[in-house]
Amino acid sequence: MTAAPGDVHARLAGVTRVYPGGSGRPPVHALGPVDLELRKGEFFAVVGPSGCGKSTLLEVLAGLQPASAGTVTFEGRAVAGEVPDGIGVVFQEDASFPWLTVYDNAAFGLRRAGTDAAEVKRRVDDALAFMGLKDFAGAYPAQLSGGMRQRVCIARTLVMQPRLILLDEPFGALDAQTRLLMGDEVLRLWRRTGATVFLITHALDEAAMLSDRIGAMSARPGRFLDIIETRWPRERDSTVVGEPAFGAVTGRLWENLRGESLKSLGHAGTGRA
Amino acid sequence: MSRAGVIRLAVVVGAVGLLEIICRTGVISHRILIAPSEMAAAMWQIVASGEANADMARTFGTVIVSVVISTVLGLAAGLVVHAHPRLRQALDPFFATYYAVPVFIFYPVMIALFGLSVVPVILMGVAASAVAVIIATLNGLDRIPRVLTEVSRAHHMGALDTALQLKLPAAAPYFFAGLKLAVTYGFIAVIASEFILAPAGLGHAIAFAYNDFNNRQMYGLMLLLLIVATVVNMALHHVEQTLLRRRGRLA
Repeated sequence: MTAAPGDVHARLAGVTRVYPGGSGRPPVHALGPVDLELRKGEFFAVVGPSGCGKSTLLEVLAGLQPASAGTVTFEGRAVAGEVPDGIGVVFQEDASFPWLTVYDNAAFGLRRAGTDAAEVKRRVDDALAFMGLKDFAGAYPAQLSGGMRQRVCIARTLVMQPRLILLDEPFGALDAQTRLLMGDEVLRLWRRTGATVFLITHALDEAAMLSDRIGAMSARPGRFLDIIETRWPRERDSTVVGEPAFGAVTGRLWENLRGESLKSLGHAGTGRA
Repeated sequence: MSRAGVIRLAVVVGAVGLLEIICRTGVISHRILIAPSEMAAAMWQIVASGEANADMARTFGTVIVSVVISTVLGLAAGLVVHAHPRLRQALDPFFATYYAVPVFIFYPVMIALFGLSVVPVILMGVAASAVAVIIATLNGLDRIPRVLTEVSRAHHMGALDTALQLKLPAAAPYFFAGLKLAVTYGFIAVIASEFILAPAGLGHAIAFAYNDFNNRQMYGLMLLLLIVATVVNMALHHVEQTLLRRRGRLA
């Protein structure tokens, strides 16, 4: 699916990632070739079987890992070696700093960037209020639940005002109900910031509920099998799980992924067993 | 105070009380051991008169210098060794067996090299404590989640910034455990060195009083050392507990 040139926010062209072997082990072809154009302001999710290279794809797009072949561009510039300004990453694991308060966690990037103290306060207060953490500004991460700690990490990313937000299974460690609610918060964040969001998830319902488009990946080496447009309105929330179209989206995703998931579990054949 | 704290206090008070009775009733000769109350009085007299001020300043100053050197060296060495896995592989056996070697055997060599000054004592203090800091630093760095390294890259942090702003704070509770050990080992090494051969210091003063059969002076100085070492250790323990509590590692 090709977007108009002005609408493309990030582009991956023929991207592969091969981890070199060593000590008698063969190289591992983890990803690709992958071609993808992320449209400005869209919410794009990637689903795929375990170990298919979803997180590798995100890290290559973020500049955290080099592509073995192909090109990655963000806002027209090549992504090479480091995370470009304008890209924010939220990781799957709890990446809050346990030695800092919630406020100082959120202010970390801004202070490093030498932002004026008044501006730091304005942006951090705003981000904490938006993420529902205003009353916990002085708390340490250990005093918060897993969901709240993940919100701290999102706030730390949010204050940097990224134009492309990469989310690597940020709700993977949360229970199903909290995930739905966190999904609502991410949708609010997406609408308010106008940023492009690229979400990696293993949860089909999460991808179907949140995204404008969903890329279904094959088993390793991960390639896109299908890209599905959900056609949800921009003003949406977790109640879309009750829509008949929601079942159709998740059904189509599962149709794509069932065989691939069986392959990743080591089952041969078509997946019709 | 918690129930465990009450029991702990009762054990100490009971032991001191028992010792007081044993000494006062003559079960143990006064020439061997004086009563704790007499030790306390002697200590107070030593402190109030200022007669041991120079020795105290020398000993505590030597311990502080030794621990500061050990901390700086240990932290730097820990960071460097952690960053070079092959060097780590080569050195790990030395770290693991270091405390099996009685480093005190090198004290005469140090005196031969640097004379009967404070330098050999400081070096013995460093030799006794630096490796504890290195081991604790490595232990702490090993436990830093990989995701924090990725966060540092997402924030364009260089190696030094990552070390100072992420790695060291993340490893702080483990590093602090090493610092506690370093202070303990530093005290032991400095006092023992002064005790064996030194022109001044509390260890020397205790040895002098011992040779002079001056039990009041000897036990007074010993009690003073015990109290100082305990207070320092309790203060460090308090900071360590605060760090751990913040990170939810204590109930």
